[in-house]
Amino acid sequence: MAATEMTGAEIIVKALTDQGVDTIFGYPGGAVLPIYDALFQQNQIRHILVRHEQGAVHAAEGYARSTGKPGVVLVTSGPGATNAVTGLTDALMDSIPIICLTGQVPTHLIGTDAFQECDTVGITRPCTKHNWLVNSAKELTRVMHEAFYVATNGRPGPVVIDIPKDVQFQKAEYVGPQNIVHKTYRPKIKGDIDKIRQAIELIAHAKKPLFYTGGGIINSGPLASQLMRDFVKMTGFPITSTLMGLGAFPASDPQWLGMVGMHGTYEANHAMHDCDVMINLGARFDDRVTGRVDAFAPNSKKIHVDIDASSINKIVHVDVGIVGDAAHVLEDMIRIWKAKAIQLDKPAMAAWWKQVESWRAKKSLNYTHSDEVIKPQYAVERLYQLTKDRDTYITTEVGQHQMWAAQHYHFEKPNHWMTSGGLGTMGYGLPAAVGVQIAHPDALVIDIAGEASIQMCMQEISTAVQFMLPVKIFILNNEYMGMVRQWQQLLHGGRYSHSYSDALPDFVKLAEAYGAVGIRAEKPSELDEKIKQMIDVKAPVIFDCRVDQMENVYPMIPSGAAHNEMILSDSKDEPAVSEEGKMLV
Amino acid sequence: MSTESKIERHTIAVLVDNEAGVLARVVGLFSGRGYNIESLTVAEVDKAGHTSRITIVTSGTPMVIEQIKAQLERLVPVHKVVDLTVEAPGIEREMALVKVAGTGERRVEALRLSDAFRARVIDTTHSSFIFEVTGAPDKIDAFVGLMRPLGLVDVSRTGVVAIARGPDAM
Ligand SMILES: Cc1ncc(C[n+]2csc(CCOP(=O)(O)OP(=O)(O)O)c2C)c(N)n1
Ligand SMILES: [Mg+2]
Repeated sequence: MAATEMTGAEIIVKALTDQGVDTIFGYPGGAVLPIYDALFQQNQIRHILVRHEQGAVHAAEGYARSTGKPGVVLVTSGPGATNAVTGLTDALMDSIPIICLTGQVPTHLIGTDAFQECDTVGITRPCTKHNWLVNSAKELTRVMHEAFYVATNGRPGPVVIDIPKDVQFQKAEYVGPQNIVHKTYRPKIKGDIDKIRQAIELIAHAKKPLFYTGGGIINSGPLASQLMRDFVKMTGFPITSTLMGLGAFPASDPQWLGMVGMHGTYEANHAMHDCDVMINLGARFDDRVTGRVDAFAPNSKKIHVDIDASSINKIVHVDVGIVGDAAHVLEDMIRIWKAKAIQLDKPAMAAWWKQVESWRAKKSLNYTHSDEVIKPQYAVERLYQLTKDRDTYITTEVGQHQMWAAQHYHFEKPNHWMTSGGLGTMGYGLPAAVGVQIAHPDALVIDIAGEASIQMCMQEISTAVQFMLPVKIFILNNEYMGMVRQWQQLLHGGRYSHSYSDALPDFVKLAEAYGAVGIRAEKPSELDEKIKQMIDVKAPVIFDCRVDQMENVYPMIPSGAAHNEMILSDSKDEPAVSEEGKMLV
Repeated sequence: MSTESKIERHTIAVLVDNEAGVLARVVGLFSGRGYNIESLTVAEVDKAGHTSRITIVTSGTPMVIEQIKAQLERLVPVHKVVDLTVEAPGIEREMALVKVAGTGERRVEALRLSDAFRARVIDTTHSSFIFEVTGAPDKIDAFVGLMRPLGLVDVSRTGVVAIARGPDAM
């Protein structure tokens, strides 16, 4: 088989190519030089040089979430690997398929505290779906192909392949992906048909039903979103989703109630509390959604569809748990639904919708407009109005701006919204936008940012400039770590301990220093014009949108409260956060 | 969920691919998620097939036990997880090596008791014995308890191994 003998580094590049990889995000170093050399000598794979390894992983996440393909990362040993840990954890929490290749010191030096050695598989074991240390080039092909299989099948997630430098030089035989079968990993894709029948039975007799959908629908792929839309239309039930699920169902549809959870809408949260049948498709009863678990949808029968068996009954006990891929389960649900020619309880449905509409009439996302100062909600609203008719992708950082983006930017399609949900990683948005823009060169890609978060991975603007990626960083600059300040206001007597963003850079000058374009807006009257200007610039832009410093995100379920105990706005009285609630995050 | 549910003890057998780091994955899962390990044993059981069998004794509410099994099942190198307390009632055994030092009456009494427990003497000096005792964990506990006043010096226990009754493989 001498014909297919190649070096470890060549095997890696060949395997990536055979797996359909067109782009990798990386940063070189001593322990990956042979791989960089192999990359140099080919032109099928494009390498995007980031400015920090955390940025590489977030960029790969943005790439993955906007395309449905896995994202690939290449970093060196030691600090390269440890810098990637935040991104890997983020991808694990949000179930994003990432293949991260890390260099390692040569095998004979492992365990000697060699220069830039760290126990990469040890450090990344709890923050990956799986990881491998490759001890010889003979194992490399198999591990490479298995890594793609594991990252993308079942519940997606990040994987790490740690490759000692001597293995990158060793010669071995290459085998194509079609010849590799994983020994143990066989995720369950088809749902149990008896349970699906039970679920349909519950749905058919519901009087106050609600769809509660999540990121699993997006991860399953466009077919799952389509089938979910079909099923929701067939039933006529109201639907809400988690932060991660936005876009799977069109926000313009009358059945859409908006997002659920801590900063979800009044109607979504009240419907969640009062429903009698909850149909959870690909969501995981996260604490941002459930609030107080013992008061969570107390009178409901719960159906939970999830590809990960461990998500079922983890936090909330459900009546029907179905393990399977959302698209497959929805296909079966629709088939059974149609075959049964189900007659819903029409008067009950009408009464339920009447109730839902009365909650909706609260208009819980309303805020007080101002002609003097830009309200952050207004800024997102205008951004939405001026970009919604284009092919627009939104990423975010973490904080108040993230919630305002989720509330006031409305998504019609899946894969157009990327935010760090599970880990809540400040610094996610800009590198994610870089990854999205690489995958969609002609799209409008906007990172809705906070002035504090943006400084965590600010360096990636340099990547955007180098690769001529016209990403727009739209900073809702309130000069505060607003979300922290809001909690300090509500829970800690207004003692704003270290949450003021002091010594901020001049973002316009900062943009210019990087070779990007800086724009500033300070008055509501100039906002539209400046946003249009931003859209028209064919270069990366930092948009410094100066907003009301003291605005809070509402509505809100205070920590430790139930869904029907929402607060809608700042009140003179101290808000209802219990002592127990203070303990929660 | 309901915190009033009562704590149960379960013995779980896990068949894993014998790859590097697999034990760390299992142990890390328990420590990372705050589950309890009462005992854990592991050894290769099929050299050709490259599989090891891990036996874990753990405790928790029914919901936690269900979680533990689901979390184990989703580890990539895991072939199979069987709850030997519910799915396939099993037989449990543990072995201990117990060193007892003393002379005179206490020495005679230790030897007499070891006989009642069918413990074997595997090493002896003028002033000590090492007993090998096998049985369910509470039998070992009882034996060790009886040896304590008689000059117990050292105990080494294997932890529980378990297997399902009847003709079927796990
Ligand atoms: C890496 C990281 N560190 C700390 C936090 C805690 N945190 C959550 S929101 C927030 C403030 C964010 O401020 P900014 O980016 O200005 O957004 P704003 O809330 O003002 O819109 C902080 C510090 C976090 N989520 N991530
Ligand atoms: Mg801020």
